[in-house]
Amino acid sequence: MDKRIFEIYRYDPDTDAKPYMKTYEVELDGSERMLLDVLMKLKKQDDSISYRRSCREGVCGSDAMNINGKNGLACLTNMLILPQKITLRPLPGLPVVRDLIVDMSQFFKQYHSIKPYIVNDTVPPEKERLQSQEDRDELNGLYECILCACCSTSCPSFWWNPDKFVGPAGLLVAYRFVADSRDHDTAERLDNLEDPYRLFRCHTIMNCVDVCPKGLNPTRAIGKLIEMLVKRAA
Amino acid sequence: MGLTVHKYDAVVIGAGGAGMRCSLQLARAGLRVAVLSKVFPTRSHTVAAQGGIGASLGNMDEDNWHYHFYDTVKGSDWLGDQDAIEFMCREAPKVVYDLEHMGMPFDRNPDGTIYQRPFGGHSAKYGEKPVPRACAAADRTGHAMLHTLYQQNVKSKTTFFVEWMALDIIRDAEGDAVGVTALEMETGEVAIFHAKCVLFATGGAGRIFAASTNAFINTGDGLGMAARAGIPLEDMEFWQFHPTGVHNAGVLLTEGCRGEGAILRNKDGERFMERYAPKLKDLAPRDFISRCMDQEIKEGRGCGPNGDYIALDLTHLGAETIMKRLPSVHEIGKNFANVDVIKEAIPVVPTIHYQMGGIPTNIHGQVVVPKEGNPNTVINGLYAIGECSCVSVHGANRLGTNSLLDLLVFGRAAGNHLVETALASRAFKPLPANAGDYSRARIAKLDDSSSGEYPQDVANDLRKSMQLHAGVFRTQKTMDEGVVQVLAIAERAESLSLKDKSKVFNTARIEALEVANLMEAAKATMVSAAARHESRGAHSVDDYSDSVEFPLGRNDKEWMKHTLWYSEGNRLDYKPVNLKPLTVDSIPPVKRTF
Repeated sequence: MDKRIFEIYRYDPDTDAKPYMKTYEVELDGSERMLLDVLMKLKKQDDSISYRRSCREGVCGSDAMNINGKNGLACLTNMLILPQKITLRPLPGLPVVRDLIVDMSQFFKQYHSIKPYIVNDTVPPEKERLQSQEDRDELNGLYECILCACCSTSCPSFWWNPDKFVGPAGLLVAYRFVADSRDHDTAERLDNLEDPYRLFRCHTIMNCVDVCPKGLNPTRAIGKLIEMLVKRAA
Repeated sequence: MGLTVHKYDAVVIGAGGAGMRCSLQLARAGLRVAVLSKVFPTRSHTVAAQGGIGASLGNMDEDNWHYHFYDTVKGSDWLGDQDAIEFMCREAPKVVYDLEHMGMPFDRNPDGTIYQRPFGGHSAKYGEKPVPRACAAADRTGHAMLHTLYQQNVKSKTTFFVEWMALDIIRDAEGDAVGVTALEMETGEVAIFHAKCVLFATGGAGRIFAASTNAFINTGDGLGMAARAGIPLEDMEFWQFHPTGVHNAGVLLTEGCRGEGAILRNKDGERFMERYAPKLKDLAPRDFISRCMDQEIKEGRGCGPNGDYIALDLTHLGAETIMKRLPSVHEIGKNFANVDVIKEAIPVVPTIHYQMGGIPTNIHGQVVVPKEGNPNTVINGLYAIGECSCVSVHGANRLGTNSLLDLLVFGRAAGNHLVETALASRAFKPLPANAGDYSRARIAKLDDSSSGEYPQDVANDLRKSMQLHAGVFRTQKTMDEGVVQVLAIAERAESLSLKDKSKVFNTARIEALEVANLMEAAKATMVSAAARHESRGAHSVDDYSDSVEFPLGRNDKEWMKHTLWYSEGNRLDYKPVNLKPLTVDSIPPVKRTF
């Protein structure tokens, strides 16, 4: 039998003066592949353990949490790579609603601040707007973001200035629209980021790249945006 | 204590593809619209759709909506309503172009047009050969579509109530819908949404089965709410088994794999679909392929030490095609089956995927019920769109890519209908005095519980029972046993125990409330299935297989009709299938071969 020890961050604002870590033991029977499977088993022991989850296959972005000190999705974290003792905490840097559930308002506020939609005021053709395969390829590695917040909540710059620094997730999407040949708003998008905090607080620490469960590279997208701003100034 | 009342022109329940396509139409028209969702909008289950959106753009080969119409009618095994199917197939190119204009990152052809791939059951020239009709963004079409729709709603300033669970419909004395009750998950408080109209876009109930490709949130909440409010559920016996769910994991591998050329093989390495479907082969419709796979396994040609799965072989496609067109499939293989699909075949089994039935509607999305001799009497103020609805475009079996299309076409159509019928200038009907009492009583019962079963234990028993009694191959005997078992489990669900009685983000309470909805969906499925004495589409019953008595494998004389199940009294009724399209000739029923 494979026995694991869990230390789980617990906090219910109605009853707990402050958060605490609670220890659980669980026997695995081999049917639990991912961390999320085991969390569900634990919830059967103690139905008050609270976390978000939905698709259980890494596309919805619900079950991001801090797993042994590193952000990741519970549904894509294989039990085989985890040690015997597993510590689970909520994503760092955001207010905790309860247990492993954080208040993501600040994260989404930053996402909304970059105008996350295509801007093209020309009258659309009757059929599709044409886009070359090369132009479409520019969007690869950008449009796949699942908004799980693993990246932004692992970024020290975001911890310090969550209200001022857009953060890696929002900046990745900002570049996704700049890079889209169909978008006509590049100048305004760059204006919107030309600020000591919004973009330039990125210090290329690259935690975002390290934790992204989809293998995306926000640092590269941020670099492209900075490059465009620098070129524009010259 | 009175409940907080929010007032909106329209309240949309559910922020998946249908809900957000609809809310976009309403918000753009300047209506006050609120969208309620159990999860942040981009976490809705539309996000998991992979393969594509069906539309006869003809970008890569000759195609037109007549072929699409024919394929969909045939795919539905003649249970689909031909007026609705014509409407959907004609609108398809328009809604896809619209979505492209919204910024959807479709893959492209060398000429810059939208890339399309072949898909099961989609053919040119009325069944002659497969045609590329699925408009795709790699194998992340649903993700790309859902994010694009959310982004457009942000632009149009739609109001979202995120992490709110709708509980019950509020109907007035005349039976009109005037609002819903809903639970704010973060605070545990119940509020009333008073509206001129309520739109259900709550998705399917795929979690009534043990092995399912569906997300945990797919608990049939709209079906439960409708059933409790006296509204019948239509054609719930028809559940689609997707041929390629990962063995032992349930996670979906898109039909786009086979669209790109992947092959199903038995333990002898044989491409067995050539035997069953000489023309369409691995691209026959899903009900047909799932049955063939089960047949292979039953006859001892399954793969693996237990001979209990089929091999999906992508190895001949090459690394470049796989990484460009099917990158998520590659990822899923690695994560959920320890298989590198570039190098080896991946074990798959038919897995519950999609609910063809749902809340009965017309082509505007208005909910319709039998009343005073008219089988399709509109319930004022109530709409249903997407997987929770039954319009019915999918009939007894849905074609791949027609689900995303359904969301776009009918989400938009419902929005347009409300705008065209001048919702903005209509007055609010008053709320009944007891609005909210019923929902509060349901929650109080859980909060007062001191004994009873753990909700997930009861739900798991239900899932096991449904899997056993309403699977790919059904027999009259197993279905009859299933009815008895499922009704007994539903009885147990009446007295659940909630250990955690806290207010703030109590997920145990949410799950308990979901169980009530699962039960309605499961009862509807089991009871409707046991009553249908024929084989049609996904409802395949050994007792009524291809024979002299059932020459088409189905019994059109007695059973070409829609089932209606009522929760109250566990009662069944039926209504005719609409065989008359809007403008073209009807497609007469024939035996389905591929």
